[in-house]
Amino acid sequence: MTIKLRINGEERQVTSEADTPLVYVLRDELKLKGTKLGCGLEQCGACAVMVDGEVVLSCVSPVEIFAGQEITTIEGISATETGRRVQDAFVEETAAQCGFCTAGMVVATTALLGRNPNPDRDETVAALTPHICRCGSHPRVLSAVQKAKLA
Amino acid sequence: MSLASYPLVSDWISLNDGRLTVRTGKVDIGQRITTALVQIAHEELTVPFDEIEVETLRTDCGLNEGMTSGSNSLEQSGHALRCATATLRVWLASRAASLHGGKAEDWQISGGDLHLPATNHKISVVDLMGTAVCDVKVDPDAQPRVLEDTSAPKPAMRGLRDMVQGQFAYIYDLDVPGLQHARLVRPPHAYASLVEIPKTARQKLDVAGLKLIQDGSFIAVLGPQEWPVVKVAERLAALCVWDEGGGLPETDVFAHLVAKNAQSFRVIDGKPTEEPLPDAVDAPDFSACFERPYQLHGSMAPSAAMAIWQDDVLTIHSQSQGIYILRDSIVDSLGLDPEQVDITHVHGAGCYGHTGADDASFDAALIAMARPSEPILLKWTRAQEHAWEPFAPAMAVNVAAKTASGQINVYAADVFSDTHGGRPRMGANRAGPARLLSNRYRADPVGAYVPVPAMGKQAGIHRNLEPVYNFPDTRLTKNLVKGLPHRTSALRCLGGAANIFALESFMDELAEREGIDAFALRRGYLTDARCLAVLDELERQVLDLPENDGRGIAYAQYKNSMTRVGICVDIDVSDLAEILLKRVTIVADAGRVIDVDGVTAQLEGGVVQAASWALYEQVQWDRDGIISRDWDSYPVIRFDNIPKFNVTVLHQPSEKSVGAGEASPGPTIAAIANAIFDATGIRMRRMPFTTEAIRETALNA
Repeated sequence: MTIKLRINGEERQVTSEADTPLVYVLRDELKLKGTKLGCGLEQCGACAVMVDGEVVLSCVSPVEIFAGQEITTIEGISATETGRRVQDAFVEETAAQCGFCTAGMVVATTALLGRNPNPDRDETVAALTPHICRCGSHPRVLSAVQKAKLA
Repeated sequence: MSLASYPLVSDWISLNDGRLTVRTGKVDIGQRITTALVQIAHEELTVPFDEIEVETLRTDCGLNEGMTSGSNSLEQSGHALRCATATLRVWLASRAASLHGGKAEDWQISGGDLHLPATNHKISVVDLMGTAVCDVKVDPDAQPRVLEDTSAPKPAMRGLRDMVQGQFAYIYDLDVPGLQHARLVRPPHAYASLVEIPKTARQKLDVAGLKLIQDGSFIAVLGPQEWPVVKVAERLAALCVWDEGGGLPETDVFAHLVAKNAQSFRVIDGKPTEEPLPDAVDAPDFSACFERPYQLHGSMAPSAAMAIWQDDVLTIHSQSQGIYILRDSIVDSLGLDPEQVDITHVHGAGCYGHTGADDASFDAALIAMARPSEPILLKWTRAQEHAWEPFAPAMAVNVAAKTASGQINVYAADVFSDTHGGRPRMGANRAGPARLLSNRYRADPVGAYVPVPAMGKQAGIHRNLEPVYNFPDTRLTKNLVKGLPHRTSALRCLGGAANIFALESFMDELAEREGIDAFALRRGYLTDARCLAVLDELERQVLDLPENDGRGIAYAQYKNSMTRVGICVDIDVSDLAEILLKRVTIVADAGRVIDVDGVTAQLEGGVVQAASWALYEQVQWDRDGIISRDWDSYPVIRFDNIPKFNVTVLHQPSEKSVGAGEASPGPTIAAIANAIFDATGIRMRRMPFTTEAIRETALNA
């Protein structure tokens, strides 16, 4: 059985079992390894992707429900001006230490600025609270979001 | 030690395929050591940042600098590289002079080139190095280059652009043709063992086309696709029949942290001794116990490793912080020769100490040995990482003091803990294999490691037990406690976190009781000008800050010899007794600073991690096993409680560089406890300071 997905603007046919969580299809079958698997429980945010512009944690929901939707992974984030601006801001603010949680946060920030180009701190915090970072890069990430929205 | 083992300039820096390449025995674990090393090479040789490489560390040809731990990387590898590149600079000048004339001392270096003023002679550092191998000895007294402009641009953190683009390769992302994904089936808890894998379960594996590896109670499932392996391994765990013995001991760990269960040593000058234990303080004016529960490293990514057994050689890719000691223990465990095991370091998610990384490397090796020529990528699950990583030990610090009119005359601290030394170092009674988890569960098992006391200065349990303050009579005891229920090892700061929490809470309690200013009390027992400068600057910075519900300060110097840090935490307390972190002010002195943004990031990160320990984190278990197996049952700090930061790093260009990665957590815990007291009058002496714990303490006060 094949499932048709649209990923980063391209049509992709995948053959993973229908119950496979999206993150395994991305990483294992399509070799898009920028999306990270941290918990498999939708608790840490490392696996965030955008689906039709909204943040979705990809580690639980089966791939079949994403058929026909527009999926953007970290590899496709730089296709938009907002995405590039977020990436640049994360670099300028050194908003990472080990970097494992970073891709998920870049995706979440891009989605946030997509729906509100000028979020206040509370809205930013709410958007990022599903994302855990163990290195403590949080203050840098908050600065990066600030920078990306002002640019 | 680094230069003693590797005395030549070419041991540290050389050309590799025409690129200037720095060699180091330290590995990057998110602390930016490779960025700092590139900065050092750039400062001495002026070669642009992006033209300097850092060699990947491998056991077969790399530098053995021991562990990447203890905030020592810059002091060891950084110092060696500084001397090596400064020696090289002198060598390059004399080489240029011998090839092109002029006096060596007249040749100048800039922009990656050497040139002779008032001539057209110019040659690049790289080209000049290509003319001969610099096999001279590193001059340990080589003079570092004087930087004219300290505000010159610094290198971006290595790998950062790749990280934000999802292109940075971690161990979890490794992929080779024929790769087999593997997952483990662990017993329900550490004291359980396998009775049988039912036939029906084996048949299910066959139907799914997956392979089973079994060695005693060590069980793994593998197959070419990841998800089916994940799914089936989880089902298999439920189908297996286990002997749970008496269950996981439900020890009240704090009640067990007492002298009758311990080996005790008097600590003098930061070092355990065989001297008689100090007398207890007679009728103390102050006595209190400060406690920390078992806590996790809680790496964002469950541990992983790749291994292949081919042509009688075991090749392992590992995120371990110490690939040499890991190799030796794997060699011993498997009865191989050292030449048969080759480990290459690969980046992992932040570890903050000894996680399951070494254990996972051995797990991958066990599976690979059973499946010759198949590359195995083994990953632990989130639940396995939470339940099976070596925890930070639970600790208790009993403080007693004799005071008179605000003066501290006697200070006594007794610290109790299990070992912080769970890394797989070789030692008596096969201590290396005993510290690789799965050896306990194999058909021919190696029993669990029995800890021996670390007797080094500022080692595990007694790190920062000795007050940095000059009290007239100090009585310190380290107690290594036996018979505790969980495997433990090193987490960022080791014993320093609990010891500084105790000391700095005591200072605050005393200041409060005696009506003495918290800064003034500390200053009264300090003479070191650099300590005083940190405190003065902190006081100046917070003087005019707006007031919140509570403010607490704390001071510490990591290992009493490394980075000095003063911290002020401002908090609000909600009606529900939630602690809301509003603002953190940090002043630090880390000696000569190579990468100021890196130091700042480490200080901030240390505060955030310690705030998470202080407010949220504790391992929980019952008879059936570890309960805290995910991020809901083991909550950690999130973006909704991140304070604003103001970090000042004092400039000390003529002082030795010291690591800053472990300097801020200890004082952070104490500063938060002190702020809670300031806001509420409630003194929290056991971490974590959760809403429930604060309410309970208030009710019992």
